[in-house]
Amino acid sequence: MSDFDWLFFTEVLVGGLLSGVMYSLVAIGFVLIYKTSGVLNFAQGAQLLFAALTFVSLVERDLHFVPALAITFALMVIIGIAIERAILRPLTNKPPITLFMATLGLSYVIEGAAQLLWGTQVHALDLGIEDIPFDVGGVFISQFDIFAAAVATGMVALLSIFFRYTRVGLAFRAVADDQFAALAVGLRLPWIWATVWATAGLVALVAGLLWGARLGVQFSLSLVVLKALPVLVLGGFDSVAGAIIGGLLIGAAEKLAEVYLGEYFGGGIEGWFAYVVALAFLLVRPSGLFGQKLVERV
Amino acid sequence: MTMLSKFKIAALAAGVALTIALPAAHADEQYFPLQSYRVGPYAAGGTGFFGGFIDYLNLVNTRDGGVNGVKLTWSEAETQYEVERGVEAYERLKSNPNVAAWNPLSVGIAYAMIDRITADKVPLITINHGRTDSTDGRVFPYVFPLLLNPYSETSGIVNYIASKEGGLESLKGKKIVVLYHGSPYGKETIPIYELLAEKYGFELQQIEVPHPGNEQQSQWLTIRRAKPDYVVLRGWGVMNPVALKTAAKTGFPVDHIIGNVWSNSEEDVIPAGDAAKGYTAITTQASGTEYPVVKEIVSTLYDKGQGNLEDKNRIGSVYHNLGIVNGILNVEAIRIAQEKFGKRTLTGDEVRWGFEHLQLDPARVEALGAKNLFHSINVTWDNHEGNGYVTFQQWDGKKWNVVSDWIAPDWALLRPIIEKSSGAYAAEKGIKLRTAEDAEAATN
Repeated sequence: MSDFDWLFFTEVLVGGLLSGVMYSLVAIGFVLIYKTSGVLNFAQGAQLLFAALTFVSLVERDLHFVPALAITFALMVIIGIAIERAILRPLTNKPPITLFMATLGLSYVIEGAAQLLWGTQVHALDLGIEDIPFDVGGVFISQFDIFAAAVATGMVALLSIFFRYTRVGLAFRAVADDQFAALAVGLRLPWIWATVWATAGLVALVAGLLWGARLGVQFSLSLVVLKALPVLVLGGFDSVAGAIIGGLLIGAAEKLAEVYLGEYFGGGIEGWFAYVVALAFLLVRPSGLFGQKLVERV
Repeated sequence: MTMLSKFKIAALAAGVALTIALPAAHADEQYFPLQSYRVGPYAAGGTGFFGGFIDYLNLVNTRDGGVNGVKLTWSEAETQYEVERGVEAYERLKSNPNVAAWNPLSVGIAYAMIDRITADKVPLITINHGRTDSTDGRVFPYVFPLLLNPYSETSGIVNYIASKEGGLESLKGKKIVVLYHGSPYGKETIPIYELLAEKYGFELQQIEVPHPGNEQQSQWLTIRRAKPDYVVLRGWGVMNPVALKTAAKTGFPVDHIIGNVWSNSEEDVIPAGDAAKGYTAITTQASGTEYPVVKEIVSTLYDKGQGNLEDKNRIGSVYHNLGIVNGILNVEAIRIAQEKFGKRTLTGDEVRWGFEHLQLDPARVEALGAKNLFHSINVTWDNHEGNGYVTFQQWDGKKWNVVSDWIAPDWALLRPIIEKSSGAYAAEKGIKLRTAEDAEAATN
């Protein structure tokens, strides 16, 4: 073990944890929708793409950062409400697989609409954050990744406060807990769902900007959902904290596996290794680390 | 109305519908079926390439009235770069009369078409891509990886690195990392890099990036630890800008990254922002609008609102110019075939003969208004690549600038390896090797 390069190990680990935070950002959008409506929203990636593409297209048309952000957010809210009205409401009480398939179709519609509206070109997105690494005791750490981690932490904190201490947040939790009981005490489910989808739109916007700055704004941006799925399996589909912990574990595991185990499998293993970890967890804890255990009375 | 008259009316209606549905076959037309991709994840490349190709066909029609009076026609079917859609488009478009050649610009679609186009006897053009062993016209009579196959690309890149280091002898002891896309396309050059490393004595490490390539932290940390002299980027799509950004993030100098032919477009560098400044990539055709043929396309088409690109800023981009060069090669193959078979509409097999005699020296390239846009091509019946030269361009943050002379890959070294592979394919498929006499005969 004396030859083991601990500095390099630390660098890979830190890089993996920071990448994991980026996965968590996408996973949080899934959690929000699933937590309150039981729908696995496969269109989250397309929403993320739409948000980033809209923002960057507005900026390229000489709009300043803040108005572009405001217009994009407004558009994401409108889309959220429209999805609730046009798709979810007519499908109320349909089986989960029907709702999942609806969001799958929706993702293609959103991607097509984005291309129709803003064209097919790729764009650079500069958020004004330097991505020059800084040296911490021989370990290179990306400034951008640190910034993204701070944003993700801030978002989780805000969402936690929102869920715990605001009336709307409490209504969200009530709906998540028992939809029929929530209806019985006078909560308006359609309004709550529309608000949840709008909030998921905000998360998509933040994630879209950070991922867009990292990858460039292009159509493969919607593929980042594939990074969020193992995170959800690991952390639980209905836990914001689980999304964060799951992201960190998946990020670290896949990077360490790629560097230290990759050569034994011909390299390029991180894409599927994350799913191996998720599957292993699924066998042991089907509801994930922090997901609610389903208890059914029969 | 009796049953019989009802039947007659139905038959008449069906006949009229069929007449409308099928394009009329004119004796003086040559048709290009285009399996294009203008939507979906690869639309940026598709609109550029097919835009350039159509612009050139349009220029020939508008300026010359076609090729020796034979008008060029085309229609598009959207594939979104998906193989099954590409094959479906092939089945749909092949019923059109007077098909000249297929140009799908997709490795997957091209692979799926090889048996079909061979049976139909119509050329399949895979400019700068496709399977390397299809260079061997003895085994693949109808497939043409024009200008550059993956092995030649590899040799061209190694020769360029050698030229920067002071010659091939200077490669000894150097270290090169190849960062490749985790797909059959990405893996195709693994053996040839190994061969060249052994021949020239450089240390080689090949690292895979899983598709789509939007995470490369671990690969670039491994590269930083390996401390190579150069990294060759054999990427595709989002993998390319992410590679450049992650290289900057991990402190690897961008001017020591050399991109392959599918990592060389504006779409590969613009998303990377400042991290791409100084990045160099191989190309078979220069970008820019200073070439006479590009200028002519602008004055003849775009100034009159007839250009194919929606965004005029993309005129002269890498994909647009590749499309123009592809147009030149297709049109000249038809022109050459017409010299033998007559100035009329040709069959696919006759156009194949034209491609097998597509010899454009620098003087002819200049006469076509493409001097320095591309170097030359010399296709023969058994060499379907045509010994294309390569050059290298460097991104300055706004545009590509050519930074090398035209470089010749080591074709003599590569040919036996290509023949070994094509020979194995022929044995597997039970294909009898074609001779020069076989190639001369063309069916009409």
